[in-house]
Amino acid sequence: MEKKKITIAVTGLNNTDNPGPGIPVIRGIRDSGFFESRIIGLAYENLEPGIYMHDLVDKTYLLPYPSEGATAVLERLKYINSIEDIDVLIPNFDAELFSFIKLNAQLDEMGIATFLPGLEQFEERQKSNLPEFGKKYDVKVPSSKNLVSIADIDSLKDDFKYPVLVKGKFYDAYIAQNPEQVMIYFNKISAKWGLPVIIQEYIRGTEVNVVALGDGTGRTVGAVPMRKQYITDKGKAWGGITLDAPDMIELTRRLIDSTRWKGGMELELIRDEKNELYLIEINPRIPAWVYLAVGAGQNLPEALVKLALGIPVPSYTDFIKGIIFIRYSFDMICNRKEFEKISTTGEL
Amino acid sequence: MKIKSNIAVSDSGFVFDPTSGDSFTLNEVGRIIFNCIREGLTGDEIFHKLSADFELEKVTFERYFLDFIITLKHYHLLENDD
Repeated sequence: MEKKKITIAVTGLNNTDNPGPGIPVIRGIRDSGFFESRIIGLAYENLEPGIYMHDLVDKTYLLPYPSEGATAVLERLKYINSIEDIDVLIPNFDAELFSFIKLNAQLDEMGIATFLPGLEQFEERQKSNLPEFGKKYDVKVPSSKNLVSIADIDSLKDDFKYPVLVKGKFYDAYIAQNPEQVMIYFNKISAKWGLPVIIQEYIRGTEVNVVALGDGTGRTVGAVPMRKQYITDKGKAWGGITLDAPDMIELTRRLIDSTRWKGGMELELIRDEKNELYLIEINPRIPAWVYLAVGAGQNLPEALVKLALGIPVPSYTDFIKGIIFIRYSFDMICNRKEFEKISTTGEL
Repeated sequence: MKIKSNIAVSDSGFVFDPTSGDSFTLNEVGRIIFNCIREGLTGDEIFHKLSADFELEKVTFERYFLDFIITLKHYHLLENDD
């Protein structure tokens, strides 16, 4: 069968020690038996490793940061699209998703398909809204409080026992043992990501995660649970194993059905000592460990592209349990001319 | 006393729990006892089976067997009602 030729633009090429999902998503797409893809990388920094991974990425363009405004992003995408004629765009960063969801209509007019949650779905699963989300969808969540001022830190002892988690609205999470540490992390996080800073109850247990894909009608197209086997000092999984965990699959299906979730997602859960699952976070995009799902038999990046193009995708019903991913670091030797080109022209 | 049905154990004594993702290793005696429990043998039956190949006093066996069972329970390798 001849493969369908398409052009896919992907962000998140930062395959570093705090990796973005872009490269693993691209690997899933490259593994596809259905698509023959031209991959256009969309990067924010000139040292994102994916820019230089020419076996995976055909061409890269630098994008303006979302903080520069939707107009700047749109104008750049119009330029890129005039050259590349993009079929599907897959944004992979939490911090950019809001912009791309808002630009959905304009992207559609340009002939660029996406497969993203709606604004209401996106907003209601924000970390700062987790308690309300838990009540609405009947799922256990840790108690949490939004902090907008260091003046509120002293009163945390009325609602929480230490340690607590101090979390940014997009990224970063730290365990604080006392109010002094809360203040340190509050300042660090708010300087980087703004307010609010979220204080969350620390649930003792094992962290387990699910990568899933919803089709927007309530159907779960695929879901694979895993447990991190090796966690870096940044809290990232550097090794993980798929699990035989029907309760995690059931929770995922229930949430996707209730929210009519459209697109990729990651559920971050804690299994406590009573074997109960607590939802810590919902990340509204595919996680960086998605290639484990591909290896386990569920090519969710390929499925997402198909859904974006309106191609029917049957639900995955199984995956290989007990399969492991192990991440490694690798030094690429790159030509300085390439660094020069991406830095000066914004294209490589 | 039943080992959970989805627990995998290899000939080399590698035990894998696909629910938790945890893995363990058993020495030769541990592997024999583990497989005996899986086959549904009682403590007494396991003692008699081991006595055929090892010099073993009942009181010693009971102490270490109980310790082994507690370890299996601690790592949630036994069915809930055990």
